[in-house]
Amino acid sequence: MQERTMAATEIARQAGEGARGVPLSGHVGFDSMPDQLVNKSVNHGFCFNILCVGETGLGKSTLMDTLFNTKFEGEPTQHNQPGVQLKSNTYELQESNVRLKLTVVNTVGFGDQINKEDSYKSIVEFIDTQFEAYLQEELKIKRTLHSYHDTRIHACLYFIAPTGHSLKSLDLVTMKKLDSKVNIIPIIAKSDAISKSELTKFKIKITSELVSNGVQIYQFPTDDETVAEINSTMNGHLPFAVVGSTEEVKIGNKMVRARQYPWGTVQVENENHCDFVKLREMLIRVNMEDLREQTHTRHYELYRRCKLEEMGFKDTDPDSKPFSLQETYEAKRNEFMGELQKKEEEMRQMFVQRVKEKEAELKEAEKELHEKFDRLKKLHQDEKKKLEDKKKSLDDELNGFKQKKTAAELLQAQTQQAGSSATLKKDKERKNSGFL
Amino acid sequence: MKNLEGYVGFANLPNQVYRKSVKRGFEFTLMVVGESGLGKSTLINSLFLTDLYSKDYPGPSQRIKKTVQVEQSKVLIKEGGVQLTLTIVDTPGFGDAVDNSNCWQPVINYIDSKFEDFLNAESRVNRRQMPDNRVHCCLYFIAPSGHGLKPLDIEFMKRLHDKVNVIPLIAKADTLTPEECQLFKKQIMKEIQEHKIKIYEFPDTEDDEDSKLIRKIKEKMPLAVVGSNVVIEVNGRKVRGRQYPWGVAEVENGEHCDFTVLRNMLIRTHMQDLKDVTNNVHYENYRSKKLAAVTCNGVDATKNKGQLTKSPLAQMEEERREHVMKMKKMETEMEQVFEMKVKEKKQKLKDSEAELERRHEQMKKNLEAQYKELEEKRHQFEEEKANWETQQRILEQQKLDASKTMEKNKKKGKIF
Repeated sequence: MQERTMAATEIARQAGEGARGVPLSGHVGFDSMPDQLVNKSVNHGFCFNILCVGETGLGKSTLMDTLFNTKFEGEPTQHNQPGVQLKSNTYELQESNVRLKLTVVNTVGFGDQINKEDSYKSIVEFIDTQFEAYLQEELKIKRTLHSYHDTRIHACLYFIAPTGHSLKSLDLVTMKKLDSKVNIIPIIAKSDAISKSELTKFKIKITSELVSNGVQIYQFPTDDETVAEINSTMNGHLPFAVVGSTEEVKIGNKMVRARQYPWGTVQVENENHCDFVKLREMLIRVNMEDLREQTHTRHYELYRRCKLEEMGFKDTDPDSKPFSLQETYEAKRNEFMGELQKKEEEMRQMFVQRVKEKEAELKEAEKELHEKFDRLKKLHQDEKKKLEDKKKSLDDELNGFKQKKTAAELLQAQTQQAGSSATLKKDKERKNSGFL
Repeated sequence: MKNLEGYVGFANLPNQVYRKSVKRGFEFTLMVVGESGLGKSTLINSLFLTDLYSKDYPGPSQRIKKTVQVEQSKVLIKEGGVQLTLTIVDTPGFGDAVDNSNCWQPVINYIDSKFEDFLNAESRVNRRQMPDNRVHCCLYFIAPSGHGLKPLDIEFMKRLHDKVNVIPLIAKADTLTPEECQLFKKQIMKEIQEHKIKIYEFPDTEDDEDSKLIRKIKEKMPLAVVGSNVVIEVNGRKVRGRQYPWGVAEVENGEHCDFTVLRNMLIRTHMQDLKDVTNNVHYENYRSKKLAAVTCNGVDATKNKGQLTKSPLAQMEEERREHVMKMKKMETEMEQVFEMKVKEKKQKLKDSEAELERRHEQMKKNLEAQYKELEEKRHQFEEEKANWETQQRILEQQKLDASKTMEKNKKKGKIF
């Protein structure tokens, strides 16, 4: 159900501005407007989402069953969960002609880990996810808000362990993180473990701890005279000390829901025994609509505002002139396009740079290579020269030798010739002498 | 559907809603369009049983207009603890000129500007008050000619049926006899269907009673109304009516006209629905057109059909993702080209190096061969030289020996 809601007085005043009152001379019939509105809502059906936060074993599921007089699904969970998970179940309930789509979200494993520092994170994430889903739907171009199944958490029942002493630090930390995101209704679980006197002290301690830590819990509204009184009284009974039970015991001639102990029976719906009736009254019968409204107008708006600001949306330009939606989107689009182009440009530049560098590198390598070979060439030239020199010297030697040889041969030849002529002479002489 | 045993109490939700709505108060904007003199102001006064237009606040009919104006009057009325801020939007000058082309434009502009205001208010980062000044209903007054719709009637309704809930009325119905009125209504409805004009339709209900009622109303459309500011006594009753020599036409008499039907429908039973249809249909229509124009920037509408389900921001996110993918692809491609080129260049370098190596090797080999050759030559030479030298030595020795022998012989004398 979607309502253009705001503080009632605000609208009446705003609407009244510029409107003059005129008397009516008869019954016009617009006093049926509230009925028309109610009929529409009834036809449309209602929806309500409750988040139960609390350690394992504090009776969250039992309390839900007791509150809504029915057995919801689910097995009791063990203590060995590795992290905090949120399990949600949706039920369609009907009472007379009113249809209610109820979603119960349970925190599974809350408080079971040794290190609980991040316990609240999955809860916050879950709540934000529902806000985000709604925001996305709201921002769509073609949207169907009036048939949207609202999954935003309307009420968070925070289960406090019945220690009787004070809040655990996990409780304070968690509630502090949640108080700006959801309507928190703190309740003391399994309160049949605490005696009445201890309970009063416990409640006072809890309330003062919440105040001193700046935790904003949900206050039942007191601006509507019809319910102002009961709401303000109930505000004083917070946190509600509850007991849940789905078992029935016969008391007198009636069957009542109760927990049976050897020393007596705790009746769930007995206001002397616990605040269950108060919780039911406040949560369901009196303020359910207000819880939904607060979620939409306060918690969701805060989320939305932060999200849009994060994305860079503003309501006014630097000159404080209001932007029209068109201008805002166009500006955003231009900015966005510019960003993309810049990124593209940067990437290109980077590549150009790399190419340059690589080119220089390769050029350097090429230069080195050439230098190397120039050196080798030079070496080679030197060697060649040496070789040439050696060759030359050999040739010189060869030539020298040849000359020597030739000279010697010549000499030899001459000598031989002389010798031979001498020999010849001798031979001739001998010959000649021989004849004698 | 779960059955609950015992009373839980959320059946009280409607009461909570009731309570809150009364506290908030209600708003409604009603527009009346028609030529002057059709009794629009009188009808408004009759509907709301008040002198909306009086001596102090004269209705537009008293003022003479040359062009179409759009004027609004806001009044606050209370009844039974319920507060209603009623805005009446009048259009003096409509259809009164000689040339009435585009006389609907100021009306369209007004409706659109209210949508625009609402859209901007809804889209702000800091949203606070969001008064609903959108036009929830437009009563269109048809002159009781008895014949059919005028071209202006058709034109106007065609242009406005997508922007506002149009309820056509036959004005000054006391000038038509019941038979004439029946025929007139039939004719008008026929023409409305022919021109595919979408007038306000009553929503279906599951309730049988209500369904019967709605069917009866539908049969009477368009409603023929009579308005009056004057209270007359008829048979001891005080009634609003028009006094004629031949009798009194009573405004609230169902046999005289359909005024009561109109009032009941407009105010007592369907006021909320008129607001809902305005919000869920007409406004959303306007908004999606407006946002589509902003996001798609004049790109072909059919191409972007699938994108209309997203918000402009989601659209931008999508575009950003597409762009990132495109860039990645481009990056990979560029990277590939780069690598390839580098590889090429490196290969070239390598080849060039190999070539140079090879040449160098060859030259070296060449040189080595030459060296070897030289070595051999030298070796040969050395050998030859050594041989020759040995030979020479032998010869020398021989010579020496020979000369010695000769000497000896000489000494021996030439004794022969």
